[in-house]
Amino acid sequence: MRLVLEKRAEQSVRMAILSPFIALALTVIAGGIIFALRGLNPFEALYVYFIEPLTQDWAREQLIVKAAPLILIGSGLAVCYTANVWNIGAEGQFVIGALLAGMIPVYFPAWQSPDVMVVMLALGIIGGMAWGAIPAFLKIRFSANEILTSLMLVYVAQYLFDWLVRGPWRDPQGFNFPKTVNFAGWQLLPKWGEIHMGALFALIASIVLAVVMWRMLKGFELRVLGSAPRAGRFAGFSSERATLFCFLLSGGLAGLAGASDVMGVSGQLQTPYAPNYGFVAIIVAFLGRLNPIGVIFAGLLLALSYIGGESAQVSLGISDKIAKVFQGILLFFILACDTLILYRIRIESGRAAQTRAAG
Amino acid sequence: MKKLMMSAAAFAMALGVAAASADAEAKTKACWVYVGSIGDFGWTYEHNQGRLAVEKELGDKVETVYVENVAEADSERAIERLARDGCNIIFTTSFGFMEPTLKVAAKFPDVKFEHATGYKTAENVTTYNAKFHEGRYVIGQIAAKMSKTGTAGYIVSFPIPEVIAGINAFMLGAQSVNPDFKVKIVWANTWYDPGKEADAAKVLFSQGADIIVQHTDSTAPLQVAEEQGKQGFGQASDMIKFAPKAQLTAIVDHWAPYYVRRVNDVINGTWKSQSSWDGMAEGTVQIAPFTNMPDDVAKMAGETAEAIKTGKLHPFTGPITKQDGTVVGEAGKPLPDGDILGMNWYVKGVDDKLPQ
Repeated sequence: MRLVLEKRAEQSVRMAILSPFIALALTVIAGGIIFALRGLNPFEALYVYFIEPLTQDWAREQLIVKAAPLILIGSGLAVCYTANVWNIGAEGQFVIGALLAGMIPVYFPAWQSPDVMVVMLALGIIGGMAWGAIPAFLKIRFSANEILTSLMLVYVAQYLFDWLVRGPWRDPQGFNFPKTVNFAGWQLLPKWGEIHMGALFALIASIVLAVVMWRMLKGFELRVLGSAPRAGRFAGFSSERATLFCFLLSGGLAGLAGASDVMGVSGQLQTPYAPNYGFVAIIVAFLGRLNPIGVIFAGLLLALSYIGGESAQVSLGISDKIAKVFQGILLFFILACDTLILYRIRIESGRAAQTRAAG
Repeated sequence: MKKLMMSAAAFAMALGVAAASADAEAKTKACWVYVGSIGDFGWTYEHNQGRLAVEKELGDKVETVYVENVAEADSERAIERLARDGCNIIFTTSFGFMEPTLKVAAKFPDVKFEHATGYKTAENVTTYNAKFHEGRYVIGQIAAKMSKTGTAGYIVSFPIPEVIAGINAFMLGAQSVNPDFKVKIVWANTWYDPGKEADAAKVLFSQGADIIVQHTDSTAPLQVAEEQGKQGFGQASDMIKFAPKAQLTAIVDHWAPYYVRRVNDVINGTWKSQSSWDGMAEGTVQIAPFTNMPDDVAKMAGETAEAIKTGKLHPFTGPITKQDGTVVGEAGKPLPDGDILGMNWYVKGVDDKLPQ
């Protein structure tokens, strides 16, 4: 006897809408059980985790700050993955974006005018695009697997960042500590409360990409190439061009996210720099069902699980391991529910399986 | 809430004053932000031991809270959360928390902040550090006595002054026993990464080192030494449980007295901004029991430790020959504190180039 996943002939629209809520409900139940096992009041714990961050202005702002890079990167990745282009290295493009933006305050600390902000952001985008172009080129020219090359370039980017910040870019007044000078004035992004301009970029990017994907020819091309590459070729769509487009797009957005992060949050380059946004954004893209608008909600949900995890550490005194387990459970249920919309589980008896194998 | 009401009621009954005074009785909240996990059995573990000591010593007067595994680039939020949560004093225990600590401190002038190992202070921000290099001098002497190959391997994190001063003090200690002693250095570029640290230890052993020293926080290098029948020193914490045959001794960070004193200052309203730099004399830097070595080595090390503690011996006593051959320091006088806190050069005999 064995379990088989079988593709459903038809997908229920109602279930597709309901599934995230079912997943959330299951998470709440499972989470409650875990908290109860830890001797905590499950209702209080769940409140701290999910509701409390939404009740304070400050925490709401932090939620948006945390979600912004996830949405910015995730929406670009959603487009990539729809077109069957696997950019796994957004973290590297993010780091290079931060690095190039940070180059300006390092070499021109006195440059203070609105231009400098625009230049820094533009450099961030260019850096991310350039870093993304490498795996695209390797794929098109040498058919190198982009999953591997883009992932490996993450480490290259991190070491490059590390070397520069530790060596030539180090703050001369910083006692050898591995960090650059502090950015100042126009080298920082304007803020509303805690929310910096990166949140605005994230919102614009996901809306524009949603329009492109669903209302424009380019989006149609990418969707066709993703779901039926052969048909796409017959229609005259070039998969090489799509690969390059996707990498430049997602790389540029990741670079912008990196630039916004150092210009809006830390205000300096500091190593080790591995905020992990580029990797978490992969989850965000899938959680948002590869739909740029869905990515907004997915980004907020994941950000909530981080912020909630922190407040649970502080208010309930639980270890961050439990907070992470909880995050894992949430993702598990969401992906499991999604899978069960597309597939059904069938139990095959041994004989049926054999017949099938023979046939 | 219930607890607060009960203590308020008890207070009112005992002294016959209005329950409104309960505010004055409210507990002082002391909070910690850790870069690693409290289970690292090194740096963060010892800070957490300090927190537990505060709870134990000050009992009902305090409440403590901590957040662990806080990424340095993402730490401002964690620090601000604690400030908003009503913490009266917040200890941030990693160098990378310096700028975020200062930023949050500027927003919360009434909260006291203490940043470990940094160099920027403010009206409500103190820095505190320990003279770890004093312990390094002692283990340098032991290494020189115990090594058969005359070479130690040294795993280091980041080329910051504290770490460089540690390497130099270790080297000066070793050279006081064996002037030809060598040290090989591997930069791990991390404070805590057991896999990387273990690899570094293996490389150093294969290059002829037979004693391992570390300025990273995990127990992995010592565990490698244990497996290979080599020896080494515990870092930040007594790691004898992880390497019963390999650990010679350990430099133990003992933050408890400092934490208790500072939290007490907050309770009494006598807290002031300062830069604190305690060492073996104050008990912040301690040496774990000497193990796996002959009695004469243990005796020598014990005497050195005692001399440092009483101030008779200073690890950085001039003249000191730098790697490039120049000499610093007046004969018989210790280097000024500022030179040690900003140290960016190696002493003679270190087989490495400082990352520039």
